[in-house]
Amino acid sequence: MLSQEIANIEEEIVEEFELLEEPMVQYEYIIDLGKKLPDLDDIHKKEANIVKGCQSTVWLHADYENGKVVFEADSNTVITKGIIALLMRVLSNRTPEEIINAQLGFIDKIHLRTHLSVQRSNGLNAMIKRMKYHAVGFGGLDLN
Amino acid sequence: MNNDSSISNTLIKGSIAENIGSIRESFPILNQQVNGYPLVYFDNAATSQKPLKVIEALTHYYSTINSNIHRGVHYLSEKATAEYEDSREKAREFINAKSITEINFVRGTTEGINLVAHSLGRKIVTKDSEIIITAMEHHSNIVPWQILAEEKNAKLRVAPINDRGELEMEVLLDMINEKTAIIAMSHISNTLGTVNPIETVIKKAHEFEIPVVIDGAQGVPHTLIDVQKLDCDFYTFSSHKMFGPTGAGILYGKEKWLEKMDPYQGGGEMIQTVTFEKTTYNELPYKFEAGTPNIADGIVMGTAMDYINSLGIHEIEQYEQELLEYGTERLKSVEGIRFIGEAEKKASLISFVIEGIHPYDIGVLLDKQGIAIRTGHLCTEPLMERFGIPGTCRASFAFYNTTGEIDRMMEALEKAVKMLR
Repeated sequence: MLSQEIANIEEEIVEEFELLEEPMVQYEYIIDLGKKLPDLDDIHKKEANIVKGCQSTVWLHADYENGKVVFEADSNTVITKGIIALLMRVLSNRTPEEIINAQLGFIDKIHLRTHLSVQRSNGLNAMIKRMKYHAVGFGGLDLN
Repeated sequence: MNNDSSISNTLIKGSIAENIGSIRESFPILNQQVNGYPLVYFDNAATSQKPLKVIEALTHYYSTINSNIHRGVHYLSEKATAEYEDSREKAREFINAKSITEINFVRGTTEGINLVAHSLGRKIVTKDSEIIITAMEHHSNIVPWQILAEEKNAKLRVAPINDRGELEMEVLLDMINEKTAIIAMSHISNTLGTVNPIETVIKKAHEFEIPVVIDGAQGVPHTLIDVQKLDCDFYTFSSHKMFGPTGAGILYGKEKWLEKMDPYQGGGEMIQTVTFEKTTYNELPYKFEAGTPNIADGIVMGTAMDYINSLGIHEIEQYEQELLEYGTERLKSVEGIRFIGEAEKKASLISFVIEGIHPYDIGVLLDKQGIAIRTGHLCTEPLMERFGIPGTCRASFAFYNTTGEIDRMMEALEKAVKMLR
């Protein structure tokens, strides 16, 4: 079952981007998000947390609290950080089931993939995949 | 129709500058918009654009004479063979090799290097012998030697560079001794732009009869190559970096080495006679050319050489040096900029990082404004480590670029930096 909350947030993001219209202005927004995303604790910046398949270095850390998966992430490039911020806004603090079922239609609606080259959108896919894997892993805990 | 600001040029001296408008018109790909801005193509070190003559020559080949070569007696096959061998002769002349027996068609520089590593390296590299490369090498001139060293239990030694990106020549020359089996180095660095004093290395190497393999990928597009004057043992380069099609290239080798070497790949063309008991090999230059080659692109690589000759490599070099000077001067104005590679002698490329900003972010924002530069490790990861950076930005110029384009890059760069700081 798709989460209504996730759908609402995705809708918000799409509207925000539509208001911004021009690509360069949209990038300003993404950069701003990236700058505002808190840095990840060094302790989490370990090899195991690196998301492979990205041109920049991306670290993704996940915790499980009160039935919700909480993500913390960071990157050494600001634009990637901004994209991470968008993903986390949609997927962080959600149940494993919500994350696994999320369709993330907003990505295509804001033309994020056309903003990114094929190479970079592979990185985006890698991030989403990793977040979902975490959800699957934590989801397994519930079954016990 | 070219956007005016793209063909604005403050350079006026020399035949290239005087004809820049018509030169740019012969490169149709330059005339387009990217993300709503006129394209500024500054990624020539990765691959160059092609003039109409080259593009049309490909169509012409496939429309008129396409045929397999070296094997038919019919008209088309004879025409195609003649053009292919003509292209080989053009390559010989282009780099002033003594004979066509020293000119091998390869897929590109990477294949050329692998061929030498495989066919010569396997023969002369022994346990505990040494292979010397430099700290500025492209992965294509590192990995084949690593593979060879591992296979033969030989030692790979890396000649160091200083902070300006120049070879520490004293150290390098000192490394050359009786243990050295092969030396492999770039003529011009694709990341630093450094033009290496390869003649000096070759001279010392020859005192010990050590063969020197030159990665000429960045050499050929920028400067006159005379392999007899250089006295290098091998020189290899790619067509696609010198305004020719992809998938073709040349490996030059001194006949004395090529004669000694075992074939690289086995198959048709490289044979003399074949029985199941024994096969004898073809003479040079066919010994290293197994199978149906990349005929069209091999022929049209020759067309690209003709084109370069029509402009004049000296004129090209001079014009590019002026672009380099202009670009470097303008980039100096960016706060926090650090140039990666400041050798005294450089080819027309500029690698740089800007403090506090990742090269990737700059690359993306420049792209959104129509500017094509390269970012990342540029296939020289060890160099990135040497300079302590995650990657670099690189703007590489060709003779169809202009100072007007550099101005546009500066505009876009200033905007990007403002957004990212």
